[in-house]
Amino acid sequence: MGGYILKRLVSAVPVLLGISLIVFVIMAMIPGDPATAILGSYATPENVERLNRYLGLDRPLWQQYLTWLGNLLQGDLGRSFALNRPVLDEVLERFSATLILAGTAFVLCALAGIVAGVVSAARQYGLADKAITFAVILGISVPSFFLGMMLILLFAVQLRWFPVSGMYAVWGGGGPGDLLHHLAMPALALSLVATGVIARLTRGAMLEVLRQDFIRTARAKGVPERRVIWGHALRVAMVSVIPVLGIQAGFVLSGAVYVEMVFQWPGVGRMLVEAILKRDILLVQGGVVFIAACYVAFNIAVDVAQGLLDPRIRT
Amino acid sequence: MRLFLRLLLRNRLAGFGAVVLAAIVVLALVTPLLPLHPPNATNTADRFLRPLSGAHLLGTDHLGRDLLSRLLWGTRLSLAVGFAAAVTAGLAGAAIGVVAGFFGGRTDNLTMRGIDMLMAFPYILLALAIVAVLGPGLMNALIAVAVVNIPFFARNIRGVTVGIAHREFIDAARLSGLGNAGILWSEVVPNVVPVVVIAMSTTIGWMILETAGLSFLGLGSQPPQADLGSMLGEARAALITAPHTSVVPGVMILLIVMSVNLLGDGIRDALDPRLRSGALARPMAATRVARRSVPPPSGEGLLRLDGLETQFHVGSRIFRAVNGVSLALNPGECLGLIGESGSGKSVTAMSVMGLVASPPGVITAGAVRLQGRDLIGAPYEVLRGLRGSKVAYVFQDPLSTLHPLYRIGDQLAEAIRAHAPVGRAEARARALRLLHDVRIPNPGDRADAFPHELSGGMRQRVGIAMALANDPDIIIADEPTTALDVTVQAQVLALLDDLRGSRGLAILFITHDFGVVSQLCDRVAVMYAGQVVEEGPTAEVLAAPAHPYTRRLIACVPELGAGRRALAAIPGLPPAVDDLPPGCAFAPRCDRATDACQSGEVAVSGSLHKVRCHHPEGRP
Repeated sequence: MGGYILKRLVSAVPVLLGISLIVFVIMAMIPGDPATAILGSYATPENVERLNRYLGLDRPLWQQYLTWLGNLLQGDLGRSFALNRPVLDEVLERFSATLILAGTAFVLCALAGIVAGVVSAARQYGLADKAITFAVILGISVPSFFLGMMLILLFAVQLRWFPVSGMYAVWGGGGPGDLLHHLAMPALALSLVATGVIARLTRGAMLEVLRQDFIRTARAKGVPERRVIWGHALRVAMVSVIPVLGIQAGFVLSGAVYVEMVFQWPGVGRMLVEAILKRDILLVQGGVVFIAACYVAFNIAVDVAQGLLDPRIRT
Repeated sequence: MRLFLRLLLRNRLAGFGAVVLAAIVVLALVTPLLPLHPPNATNTADRFLRPLSGAHLLGTDHLGRDLLSRLLWGTRLSLAVGFAAAVTAGLAGAAIGVVAGFFGGRTDNLTMRGIDMLMAFPYILLALAIVAVLGPGLMNALIAVAVVNIPFFARNIRGVTVGIAHREFIDAARLSGLGNAGILWSEVVPNVVPVVVIAMSTTIGWMILETAGLSFLGLGSQPPQADLGSMLGEARAALITAPHTSVVPGVMILLIVMSVNLLGDGIRDALDPRLRSGALARPMAATRVARRSVPPPSGEGLLRLDGLETQFHVGSRIFRAVNGVSLALNPGECLGLIGESGSGKSVTAMSVMGLVASPPGVITAGAVRLQGRDLIGAPYEVLRGLRGSKVAYVFQDPLSTLHPLYRIGDQLAEAIRAHAPVGRAEARARALRLLHDVRIPNPGDRADAFPHELSGGMRQRVGIAMALANDPDIIIADEPTTALDVTVQAQVLALLDDLRGSRGLAILFITHDFGVVSQLCDRVAVMYAGQVVEEGPTAEVLAAPAHPYTRRLIACVPELGAGRRALAAIPGLPPAVDDLPPGCAFAPRCDRATDACQSGEVAVSGSLHKVRCHHPEGRP
C-alpha cells in the first residue's frame, strides 16, 4: 500500500508541472504588459521599461517560466499590486474560507447523494425511486447561484432562520455556532448539483452490482437484505462511485465561486473574480495554480481511497 | 432510427422536455416579430414595477426596462451563445479526437497527455483563467466555455475513432488506394458525426449554464446587452426589495437547462441497448410469486416440488423456463438434475429458495415444500431464515459468486453469523474449522486471502465450506464443477461425496454431464424444455433409458478407451421456451415421434422409473 501511494505521488509531479506550464502560458498570452497595468496608462516609457526589467519581463519566456517556477516552489507567488500584499498570504487566507464552505458541501453531497442513489436503486421503479429521480433532474438543472438567491428569499427574508450573507455576524459573532448558522444555506446551495450527479451515478452503479452473482450468493446464505444492499452491494459500487466523488470535489471547490458571490462568502473564488475585474494578474495566476494543485491532491486521495477499497487495484 | 424515435417518445419525461424546449426555442426565434417594448429602453419613473402591472406583463427592472422583453431577448442570446459554444467545442474536440484516434502512436499519446492535463483543472477555474486573459465580454465567455469543454469531446470522439480505425472497411478503403485524408473524410467522419451530434445535444445544457454563470459573475455579457445570466447578476442587488427581477430570468434558465437535460437523458436511454432489453433491472430479495392455487402434496420427501412453474416476463413475452416440475429429495439422498443449457434445471434449483432474479422471474404455479412446509410465497424473513441454514447453495463459477472485496474468512464468518448468535472470534474459529473440513491447507493464512488470490479449485472449496457453514439438511449444487479442470473436478466431487456420507446431507446436483451423475447420484431426473421427461435410479436410467431424449443424451457422452464410435449429436435445437410447441417438446427432434406426440399434454407413466413419453424406448 505504501508503494502504491508513493507511485501515485510520483506520477503527480508531471501533472503539476504541466499545470504550472499551462497557467504560465495562459497568463503570458495576456495582451499588453503588466507594467502598464500596474503603473497606469499615464506612466512614462522609461518607468515602464524599468519596472519590466525589475519584474524580469524583458527576458525570454522560458527563463521567465523557470524563475516563476523556482519562486513557486519556494512558496513565493509574487505580490498582488491591488492589495499590496504577498499573493500566497491572500490566497491562503481566502482558501481557508472556501475550504470550510466546499468541505461542508462536499460531505453533504457525498452522504446525501450516496444514500439517495442506494435507496433509489434498491426500490427501482418504486415510489421512492421515482421521487428521487425527479428530484435529481431538478437538482442538476438549478444553477447554484439562482438556488442560493431563492434560499435567501425563503429562509433569510421570509422565515428569518438564517442570515442573508457573510461568514460571521458583524457584531459579537465568531464562534463555531455562528459559523454554522452562516454556513447552512451556502453549503446547501453549493452541494445540490453534486448531490444529484452522485445520486444518479450511485443508482446506476448499484443496479449494475445488484445483478451480479455474488449478490445472489449473499442472499443464498441468508444475509439480511439490508446488509446485502448497504454492505455487499454498496461496497462494490463504491469502487466506481469514488472517482466521481473526486470529480465532484473539484466541481464543488471551483463552483464555490458562484455561491461565494451570492452569499458574500470571503472565499478564494470571489477573490479570483474580483482580481480578474481589477486585472490583478499575479493574484489570478497564484490563485489558479493553488486551487489546481489542491485538485490534483484530491485526485491522489481518491486513488488511494480506491486502492484501500479494492484489493485488486493495489498491486 | 424508427425504433430510436419510438423509444424516445415512450419516455414521457423526455417528451415533456422536448415540448418545453421547442416552445422556448420558437419563442426565442420569433422574438423580433413580437410587439414588445424595446429591451433597453430605460424609464426610471417606472422602476421595479410588479408583474401584471399595466403595460408590463412581467414588470420592470431597476432601470424601468420591460422584463418580458428583456427576458425573451436574453433567452435568445443565451440559447445562441450556448449553441455556438457547443458547436465550437464539439467541432474542435471532434477534430482533435479523430486525428488522435485515427493516427494513433505518438500523435495520439502526445495529444491525449495534453488533454489529460487540461482535465486536471476544475473547468470553472480554467474558464475563469481564460476570461482573465481575454478580458470580460460575452464573446470571450463563449470562447472560454467552448475551450474548457473541448477535452470532453476530444476524449469521447477519440475512443469512437479508435474503434472505427481498426475495422475491416478501413482496410478495404486503404487497399482501394485511398490516402489518409480520403479515408478520414469518406469513412471515419460519417461514422463519427452521429456521436458528435448526440454529445453536443446532451452538453448544450451545461454550456448554457456555464455561460450564464460567467455572465452572472459579470465576466460575460456587458451592459446594456443582457443574457439570462447577467440579468440575474444585475437583479441580485435588488433581490430582497424586488424579487421578481431575479425570479424571472432564474426560472427561465432552470426551464431551459432542465428541458435540455430531460431530452438528453431520453436520447441516451433510447440508445442504451441494455435499457432496451430491460437488462438493467435489479433482482429483488426474493422471487416474485403470482400463483392462483396451491397444489396438494403428492407424496413424502424432505424437499418436494409439486407442479412448479417459473416464468420470465420480459416485455410482452413470456418464457416458460420451468413448466410443471415435480420432484422429491429424501434425507441423505443425492438427486441429479440433468439437461442441456436452457432446459430449466438451474431455474428449478433457484426457485426453491426464491433466488430466481426477479424481475423478470415470476413463480406462477406449484409448491416447494421443505419438511411439509410450503416455501412459495412465504414471508421474506421466513425464507431468509432458511436460506443457508436448512438449504444451502453451491454455485457454478466461484470467482463471480464470491464477493470480490471481502476476505474469504470474513465471508464464511458472515454466513455463520447470519444464522447463529455467535461473536466474531467464535465465528472466525468456526470458519477456520470449515476451511479445514473442505481440506484447504493452512486455513489460518487462507482465511485472509481475497477470492482473486485463490485458484479455481480452492475457490470452489470455499464455496462448499460456505454452504456447510450452518450444517444444512440440503445442499443444492448448481453445476459446481463445470468451471473447473477435470482433475480438480474429481477432487471436488469426491469431497462432496465424503461430506454427504459424514454429515448425512441430501444433495440436489445440477449438471449437464452424465459422467458426473453416474459417479455421485442415487437417482437422476432428466429435464427438457422446462419439464422432467424421465426420472429413476441412476443405474437403471443409464442402462435402459426410456425417453428417446435421454437415450440420445447418453449417446452424446464420449467414452474413454471405447475406441472410435460415432458421437451422435442430437439434430435440431431445443425449442425456445417463449414459443413451446403443443404436445411433447422433443417431438420435432425425435425419430420415434408420431402425430399423437404433437398435440395434448403427455402424461407421466411408471412409478419408480418414470417417463413422459408416448413411445418409450424398449417398447414398440
